[in-house]
Amino acid sequence: MQSEQPEPSNQPRPASDAEDQPVAARLVAAQHPPLTQKKRRIGERLIELGIYSVSATSIIFIFLIFLFVFREASPIFFGGADGGKKDTAVATAPATGPTTPPIISNTTADDTAELESEQYNPEAEALPTPQPTASNPPPATPQDDAERARKIVGEGYPILEHESPVNVSYLAYDNWQPNSEHPRYGIYPIIVGTLKTTIVAMLFAVPLAILAAMYTAFFAPKWIRETLKPAIELLAGIPSVVLGFFCLMTVASVVQTLFGLDFRLNSIVGGIGLGLAVIPIVYTICDDALRAVPGSLREASLAVGASEWQTAYRVMLPAATPGIFAAILLGIGRAFGETMIALMATGNAGTFSWSFTEPVRTFAATIGAEMGEVVFGSPHYQVLFFLGVLLFIFSFIINFITEFYVKERLIKKFRGA
Amino acid sequence: MAKNKTIFHGERGSIVGFFATGLPLVAVVIVLLFIVVIVGNFIITGSGYLSWEFLTDSPRNMNTEGGIFPAIYGTVLLVLIMTLAAVPVGTITALYLTEYAKRTSIFARVIRFAVNTLAGIPSIVFGLFGLGFFIQTVGSQIDAARYSAKMDDLRTVLAVSSSPLVAGKQATINDIKVFLQNNEFDWEAQLRELDAYPEGTVAAVNTDRVVEYLSGKKELEWGKPSLIWAALTLALLTLPVVIVSVEEALRTVPREIREASLALGATRWETIWRIVLPNCVPGILTGSILAVSRGAGEVAPILFTGAVYSLQELPSSLSDQFMHLGYHLYILATQSPDVDATRPLQYATTLVLLGLTLALNLTAIMLRSRLRKRKMV
Repeated sequence: MQSEQPEPSNQPRPASDAEDQPVAARLVAAQHPPLTQKKRRIGERLIELGIYSVSATSIIFIFLIFLFVFREASPIFFGGADGGKKDTAVATAPATGPTTPPIISNTTADDTAELESEQYNPEAEALPTPQPTASNPPPATPQDDAERARKIVGEGYPILEHESPVNVSYLAYDNWQPNSEHPRYGIYPIIVGTLKTTIVAMLFAVPLAILAAMYTAFFAPKWIRETLKPAIELLAGIPSVVLGFFCLMTVASVVQTLFGLDFRLNSIVGGIGLGLAVIPIVYTICDDALRAVPGSLREASLAVGASEWQTAYRVMLPAATPGIFAAILLGIGRAFGETMIALMATGNAGTFSWSFTEPVRTFAATIGAEMGEVVFGSPHYQVLFFLGVLLFIFSFIINFITEFYVKERLIKKFRGA
Repeated sequence: MAKNKTIFHGERGSIVGFFATGLPLVAVVIVLLFIVVIVGNFIITGSGYLSWEFLTDSPRNMNTEGGIFPAIYGTVLLVLIMTLAAVPVGTITALYLTEYAKRTSIFARVIRFAVNTLAGIPSIVFGLFGLGFFIQTVGSQIDAARYSAKMDDLRTVLAVSSSPLVAGKQATINDIKVFLQNNEFDWEAQLRELDAYPEGTVAAVNTDRVVEYLSGKKELEWGKPSLIWAALTLALLTLPVVIVSVEEALRTVPREIREASLALGATRWETIWRIVLPNCVPGILTGSILAVSRGAGEVAPILFTGAVYSLQELPSSLSDQFMHLGYHLYILATQSPDVDATRPLQYATTLVLLGLTLALNLTAIMLRSRLRKRKMV
């Protein structure tokens, strides 16, 4: 394309290069210098090394993600060995606020009395105790969080003085009430809630996406396909918070009037929102999978007398099954882990229920809603990280299956059978 | 390939055939309808509330009035820093995968698997990682290192006899203030606290207590949610987007050009640097735009790595917190004191966010289709 490529080769070879080669090679090199002489440059080697190490970034971070998300949740598994240590650190933190002894000690008794009276009088402006809200923006330090947690739930909040460390048995409850006097971190309602929204999302998204993919892969003329594909993929470009807002405002009202429901936000509304996020993923992968089916299959089917739609549904679609399976799996992964839509459109109720028309709470939304308010190192914090570990493991398994099982089958199918 | 014909076309005379060919079309129409309704809804409702003041003003009165300028500023700043981190790493990884890795290389397979896994991890997990790794580990370590150095220096300074804060001496509040002001340490918070004491207060000073007190007031600078940690978290999230786009662009560069360059004696790196990379600048650009669009719309990873819902002043350093369009919308729509009163603000904010991401997406799609056409030629 560009005409400048001969330029590097015009540079003269450094003569010293020839000296550290074996004799035979040097003899050959003397006869045909430019062809057999391999350039040896330290710079080149360094650049290659740099490229190798930078490209390992993604591997390193996958490990780090697992390590650090797991680390914060680990006290749940190991009986809170270092959980206790963290708790004491947190417990002392608020005390440093108003009652910190000043560096100066007053010499006269009058002054002391005056200072103390001011110090313990909340009305007095003269001796400001450090104000977390004035000096720092709200979600800043652990101290601030402790203060905020106290303000929200009152002084009797047990989060700072729990004796028994958390363990897995904390999770076996029917309700999720992290902020009550006896906090319950029941994981069952969250599992069921996530399950319900995911089921609704998949029921809504998968048929639409597969049929749409069949249309663009088989039935649409080329120019329509070229415009439709980017148009549907545009749905993936809409931020999830916007989809969540759309569900909160529009879909919720429509669903409520349509089915006459008591609750505006429920697993159906959330499921539709998640489905909107899932459609582009399932569609794109399905479209690719359907178009990768060899044309010879179609020709064979038509040759034995099948009609064209029969060929599309009974030959081409089954042939692309592994790809469609992968698409559905990745769609489930997305629906399972999507945060903002679930946070805004599901109602976030922490009670156990099998009904699809009641507000629900999902894994991701729970983390998103509560992590900002939580005291670092508290049981609540650890439980939220534990939910994160579950999300990570789940998405990892899904990816593992699609990567190794599905791709192998796809290759076998198209090569062998 | 170029023939303008369908693979299958509808069949007349059979009812099953009619539905079988009609259903896919219906599905496409439904999906398109959803897109049109979402985008149209926000354009029609949102544009009524949009104004120049809205774009250039700060929020007022607990976010119930005013504009969203700090949120726009924060979003742009965030994705800029994110791009600076994600694009070079993503491009280099793509370069390795297409130019250096052999077909059978296990390392390359592992990288591919890692990239795919990274793309599949829920965004909220990235948020948790940002909190657990960047803030709690890296940031805290930086803070701790800076602070212990500061404390050591302080002890040395206090040991000098000319200091008014020598143990056993009597010092006034003013002496302490002068001391705190006139050394290279940043004692802003401590000074603010000392302002509360009456001018002439006399204090007996004890070096150990001074050090103890000052170190008790450990100020978090990096070990808290901030712009840089949010941007790095997002960069990690958008890394797969960059890698996939750049890889695709690299594959459009014809083999022959590479071979010609190598045959003329250029080394592998020279070929990449002078021949391959200049040819796939549009691809790198596409990847960056897609990453920016994805990053601008993601809220979950920044929920607890740096976004705040109100700011006194615009972020000026990497350790500041920031406002974000998506987070702003989330707060307005669900946590605002008066949700109904702020509806206009919510719709207008949504329109701005949607316009930003869709414009970026369309640009990327156009760039990419041009790239694909070149591949055909």
